[in-house]
Amino acid sequence: MRHFLDIGRLDREALTHILDTAKSFTSVDGQAVKKVPLLRGKTIVNLFFEPSTRTRTTFELAAKRLSADVLNISIATSATVKGESLLDTLFSLEAMNTDIFIVRHPESGAADFIAKHVAPHVSIINAGDGRHAHPTQALLDVFTIREHHPDFSKLRVAIVGDILHSRVARSQIEALNILGTQEIRVIAPRTLLPANIEQLGVQVFQNCWQGLRDVDVIIMLRLQKERMQGAFIPSEHEYFQLYGLTPERLALASPDAIVMHPGPINRGVEISSEVADGSQSVILQQVKYGIAVRMAILSIAISTGEHGDSHET
Amino acid sequence: MKLEILNGHLVDPANEIDQAADIFMADGKVVAVHKPPSAWEAEHTINAAGKLVLPGLVELSASLRQPGQEHKATIRTETRAAAAGGITSLACLPTTSPVVDSPAEVELIEQLSQDSGHCKVHVIGALTKGLKGENLSEMAALKATGCVGVTNVLLPLKSPLVLRRAMEYASSQGLTVFTYPIDHHLANNGCVHEGLTGLRLGLPGIPAAAETAALAFHLALIEELSVRTHFCHLSTSRAVNMIARARRDHLPVSADASILHLFLTDHDLQDFDGLCHNLPPYRTQQDRDGLRKGLQDGALSAICADHQPHEIEAKLAPFQSTEPGSSTLESLLPLVLQLVDEGVLGLKEAVRRVTQQPAEILGIAAGELSVGRQADACVVDPGLNWTLSNETLLSRGKNTPLLGRQFKGRVTHTILGGKLVFQLGPE
Repeated sequence: MRHFLDIGRLDREALTHILDTAKSFTSVDGQAVKKVPLLRGKTIVNLFFEPSTRTRTTFELAAKRLSADVLNISIATSATVKGESLLDTLFSLEAMNTDIFIVRHPESGAADFIAKHVAPHVSIINAGDGRHAHPTQALLDVFTIREHHPDFSKLRVAIVGDILHSRVARSQIEALNILGTQEIRVIAPRTLLPANIEQLGVQVFQNCWQGLRDVDVIIMLRLQKERMQGAFIPSEHEYFQLYGLTPERLALASPDAIVMHPGPINRGVEISSEVADGSQSVILQQVKYGIAVRMAILSIAISTGEHGDSHET
Repeated sequence: MKLEILNGHLVDPANEIDQAADIFMADGKVVAVHKPPSAWEAEHTINAAGKLVLPGLVELSASLRQPGQEHKATIRTETRAAAAGGITSLACLPTTSPVVDSPAEVELIEQLSQDSGHCKVHVIGALTKGLKGENLSEMAALKATGCVGVTNVLLPLKSPLVLRRAMEYASSQGLTVFTYPIDHHLANNGCVHEGLTGLRLGLPGIPAAAETAALAFHLALIEELSVRTHFCHLSTSRAVNMIARARRDHLPVSADASILHLFLTDHDLQDFDGLCHNLPPYRTQQDRDGLRKGLQDGALSAICADHQPHEIEAKLAPFQSTEPGSSTLESLLPLVLQLVDEGVLGLKEAVRRVTQQPAEILGIAAGELSVGRQADACVVDPGLNWTLSNETLLSRGKNTPLLGRQFKGRVTHTILGGKLVFQLGPE
């Protein structure tokens, strides 16, 4: 696994190996000195072409807990910035003898593109590209689910909200399918559901009351404010009325259901504060496990890179 | 110059010829077929034994990039590529800088193509000034300098009313409107077919309805105004059905398919391959089959290359930021022969779609080898196996998803106005 670009190229064994490795790193978090020397002397670049707080900081912490040096680079892009300058940025960074690029970019396929052109000594980790994939988020999500419900073959998982624009949802669906999840549901109005979504192996619900019945996991997606302009939904108010997760709706799910959200949350838009802060919410656990999962991915990328394994995942 | 092509198999659909026949050319014209004229002594003989002899191909849609985009290609490089592809007439698009919306640009292009002398170039002018979609171009002046039609290519018109008036005015000047049916609002800056592949890759999709809605809208106006319209590069099987119906209803419309749409589907861009970025996008297997069926039943009259050469950097970006289009002049004929091999069209019918039919759509005297006509022809070795590569491509644009592809059948000679303008060298 030299590069880590999307979930779809993993098999169940490889995915489980990452989760197991992450599990072993959760103990580092509890130590007085929260560091292991696995990546000492390595340089990791956080290359973010799109703003991010959570993903960038958890990657940074993961790298630092593995004793790597971390460089944070934020580059504002606009539609006019072309691939040529993207490659030039890349080439100058790799000339500094860096080892891993963690890339976030507003365009789908950007991480694949960079991986195709980067020098052979550099690994690329996709931290979110356009609507395409956010594989580390999906892994920390299934890690969190596994901590609560270890048997995926008996699980019903509902993903609620803006599936159309969501790279998180696409990667979650892939990860859940690879792990053999019994039933994956997506719940949204048609304007926020991509055409052909059922072909990804999900049940489609446009009605929240039906879709949430008896599920074991509820994943709420963030609703971007700009969706009102694109005529996707009429108002935040109506969206909350139809799809917002309230205690009443949560009661439809199985009694030990967990509530997840990739963050940042919009209280009162997709989720009520009672639910977000309630006993079934595992939203903050997701953030915490995110560090362990990202430590696992960084360490696996470095170890395979050093053994000259050019297999791309 | 007296030139003869002997021992070949002549396919000339306009004259319904598909048989072994010699052909004789003098002073730039075809002077005899089958038997030489009396007292004939050739200065140059091409032995076409085992080969096909075809009218020079007529290409409906090629971007030559000159003036203004010489970093992508020039008229000289692209007309040489056309000759290597057996193409002797081509229509070029107005998407240059400046845009071809006045006689000055038309004259420049004609001058440069005559200087190059590899392929006859016909200009399709801009439908609106600067292709901005607001004010009409001076179409009478364009026509007077030799434009064969007008188009706004893939650029939107400001309103349906501008479209109506532009269509009416073009028809007053006797100009065919070349239309790209796409509803820009429905396309919504998409870059791939709206389907499973686009969903998986997270690339914004263009629904089939972006094409059919625009087509229906145009057909409604054509029904009202009876203006001669050609629809360029259909991509959906539903659009093909609509054209079939319109033609049955005797509307003055024709349509073509681009050669790559007859082979590629959205499945081919699995790996974010920017070389498969095209507008309109490659769609489903079903759409591809619908286009092939449209060729068979005549709904689609012609096949074109839709040649769009780019510099390397234009495709060096994440998929959505790459420029759409492929360099295709040199793969048109081999792929047409592949359609014959796959049983989509008979040889004569297939040749008709890249010679007689496009010539008719452009309203030019080309695409046939009748006695007295301009001697434009190509000789093809149908059994020659070769590989399309950066080295074999004469086009400056190396942007084609077919790089590395094995082809069977290759042009060995191209004759323009009785002169040899291309001859395949020893490999």
